[in-house]
Formats: sequence, C-alpha cells, structure tokens
Amino acid sequence: MTQDTQKTFLEKLNNIDRRIIFLVIFIVVSVPMLLKLTSPVQISPEVQKAYDYIESIPAGGAVMFSVDYDATSMPEIQPMILCLLSHCFQKDVKVLLTGMLAIGMPLGTQALESTAAEYGKKYGVDYVNMGYRPGAQAVIVAMGREIRDIFAVDYQGTPMDALPMMKDIHNYGDLAAVAVMAHGATPEYWIQFAQARYGAKLIVGTTAVGAPDYYNYLQAEQLVGLLGGMRGAAEYETLIDKPGLGLLAMSPQSWVHLAIIALIILGNVTYLLTKKKLGAS
Amino acid sequence: MGSAGFMQIFGVWMAAFFTLAIFSFLYKDNVVYKLAEHVYIGLSAGYWLIYVMFFDVKPMLVDAWFQKEGFDRYILLLPAFLGLLMLTRMVPKISHYSRAAIAFTMGVAAGLGVTGAIHGMILPQVRATFLPLNSINNIIIIVGVLVTLSYFYFSREHKGALGVSAKTGIIFLMVAFGAAFGYTVMARISLLIGRSYFLYHDWLGII
Repeated sequence: MTQDTQKTFLEKLNNIDRRIIFLVIFIVVSVPMLLKLTSPVQISPEVQKAYDYIESIPAGGAVMFSVDYDATSMPEIQPMILCLLSHCFQKDVKVLLTGMLAIGMPLGTQALESTAAEYGKKYGVDYVNMGYRPGAQAVIVAMGREIRDIFAVDYQGTPMDALPMMKDIHNYGDLAAVAVMAHGATPEYWIQFAQARYGAKLIVGTTAVGAPDYYNYLQAEQLVGLLGGMRGAAEYETLIDKPGLGLLAMSPQSWVHLAIIALIILGNVTYLLTKKKLGAS
Repeated sequence: MGSAGFMQIFGVWMAAFFTLAIFSFLYKDNVVYKLAEHVYIGLSAGYWLIYVMFFDVKPMLVDAWFQKEGFDRYILLLPAFLGLLMLTRMVPKISHYSRAAIAFTMGVAAGLGVTGAIHGMILPQVRATFLPLNSINNIIIIVGVLVTLSYFYFSREHKGALGVSAKTGIIFLMVAFGAAFGYTVMARISLLIGRSYFLYHDWLGII
C-alpha cells in the first residue's frame, strides 16, 4: 500500500502538469517584485570596461547608438540604453541615434527623448535622431565613409548640415564609440564592417541569449565593452548610481534561478527513483 | 482628463489586455490568444510598411529625385526599377522577374559577407589565440581552441591521440552550451519580469 502510494506520488511528480510549473515561476517572480526585495550586484569586467570607456570620453565627444532590437527584447535592452544614454548626457557627450530595425526605432526614440528631457539636452545641439535605413550591412559600411551618404536628413527631414552638432561629425572617425543595442546578429555586422574596416570602438548591449556569442570578440579586443541581458543593465545602473528596472529585476531573477535549479534536481531525482523502482519490480 | 491622458490610459489597458491574452496560452490555446497573435502580426507588418514608406522610400527616392540633378538623380532609377521588380512577386504570372532584384541583394550580401567574415571575424579571432602561455586563462583558451577544432576534423577516425583530443573538445563544447543555456534561461525569465513589472507598475500601480 505504502509502496503503491509512493509510486503514485513519484509518477505524479514525473508527469506534473507543466501549468503548475508556470504558476510556481510566476509566483516566484511576483513575490520578490511586490515586496521590492533587492539583491547585491557584482560588477563584471565586461560591464566595467564599457563604463570606463564612456567615462573616458571627454565632454563634447559623440557616441552613436544603434537600435537593433524591438519590443520582444525590450525588458532586457531598454534598461541598458536608458542607463548608457544617462551616462553620456551626464558626461556632456553628444548622442546620435540610428537603427537597423525599423520596428525598434520608437523604443530608441522614446528612450532618447525621455533621457534628453531629464538632462535638459537640446535637439540638434546635444543629440540627433537619424532614423532607420534598410540594408544593415551596406548602411554600416557606407557610414564609415560619410554618414550623409546614407542619412542626408534626420528622421524629421531636417538636413544633417542644418544641425549644429553634426558640423564635425562625418564618419566613425569622428565618433568616440558606437553602442550597438541588439537582439539579433547585427553586432556581428558592426564588428565586421565598422570595427574591422574603420576601427570604430564598439560597445555591445545584447540579450542574455546573445551575450555568450560576443565574449570572444571582447577577448579579441574587437569590443570595448559588453552588457549581457538584464544583469548587464543592473550592473551599469549600479555603476552610474541610477536604479532602474535592471536592479529591480535582480531579486526575482535570482529567486527564479534557484527555483529552476530545485525543479531540475527534483525532476532528475524522481526520474532516477522511478527508474530504480521499475528495475527492481 | 485631456485626450492625451485618455490615450495614455487606453494604451496601458490595451497593452495589459494583450499581455494577459498572450499569457493565456500557458493555460491552453484559445481564441483570445489567437486574436492577440494576429493583431500583433498585422500591426507589426502595417507599422513596418508605413515606416519604410515615409522614412526611407519618400526621403531617399521620391524627395531625392526632385532635389538631385544629373547622374545623382538618374542613378535613382536603378533602385526604383529593382524595387518594382521585387513587387512582381505579388503577380504569379510575372513573379519570376523578382529574381533579378533578389539576385542583386543576394550578390551584395554575399560580397559583403565574405570580405566581412574574413577581415572582421576569422583573422582577428585567429590572431586573438596567439597568446603567450603565461597564465591559466591563456592556456585554457589555446587548448580549448585546438581540442575543439580537432573534434571537427572528420577525415580520420577519432582514435588514439585524436580521440582523446576530440573527447576533450566535446567537454569544452558542453561547457559552452551550458553557459549559453544558462544565459537563455536568464533571458526568458527577464521577459517575464518585464511584463510582470508592466502589469504591477504601469497597469495596476501597486509597485
């Protein structure tokens, strides 16, 4: 009887309805968030490098941001672009915004305009929104020669030469860095065509899924910094002392990881016990 | 409340409805989920079309035609013609003309891809493995590259020294896959956190 009950319990665990697991994960995400629990964040070398590089740019320097993500990765990359923009504006570094993904441009524009307003920055003097052009590889190559070849006007149709900030900015050589905020393969295009061909200094901010693909470029010094996933955003928020969604997310993130580890162990243990019992009978 | 305020609230409620509609799939497939899925695809396609028409085709082709002169003006006929050829895909009888435009874009992408891969990836990455054997990290990088490459050498049976090297290569590959999977878990949970934050903060206003 006891053995039957135990067997049933093991079988139940082995065939647990996955909706129960979804519910457990949702609860584990929600509780730390609702209780506003915080977790300490250790700064990783790749994020520290990105911070140090932006920190080293003198006032008046310029950084181009490329919005190569859309709403599907907004929770991970939007906090990154917000803190990188804040850091640039804190340092009086000028900002150019472009993007290789049309549908992501509103997110970049929203981040740029809200951050610029927060720091009292003026359009055309402190920042410019160039907009989107199709054909990522060709666009990146062409901007290495002259930005105006591709962006003769900004996203509102104003000629680039009419914007004071653009007076001395013609190609990557006039930019201190390019911050590529991406959820796909576009950082590789930037590495191949902007970094390798024109020597542009690249900071990549990408999703956690994409981050492992870029560590080799960081090691090869083809990138000057790397922010991976929400953790990357949380670390940068810590460095500029401006808490945001990244830091708020770290506690739920940690608890969910513990829950997943527990579920993996539980799943494997019940599987092995069931296998053992089946072998014995 | 002004119209801007109303639209803000309406937008948040719409976003909350569609978030919950998508989440409802976790319970089981249903009509509300399908509605949200179709609306998302339709909106994305519509938005992309309008954006490209007004922010690319208009300034780079239509406006440029009236602003430029001579060669710079007439060269615009080439992309316009190729663009029209691409649209022939919508008419089955003449859809084969679109292959010329596709061939053009494929040719450009392949040409850029080959030079970019060699100049931007292969050479710098190989150069980055030429490291002095004076630290554990450098030794791990060099050994890892060599044994992993040996796993992908299929011209000889993986026996003896090659077998040991290939098996060690598998360990390095497994570590890489494990790191990638760990990051993937973090990414997926981040999306859930992002949506949960929206529901609790922007919609319900409880945090």
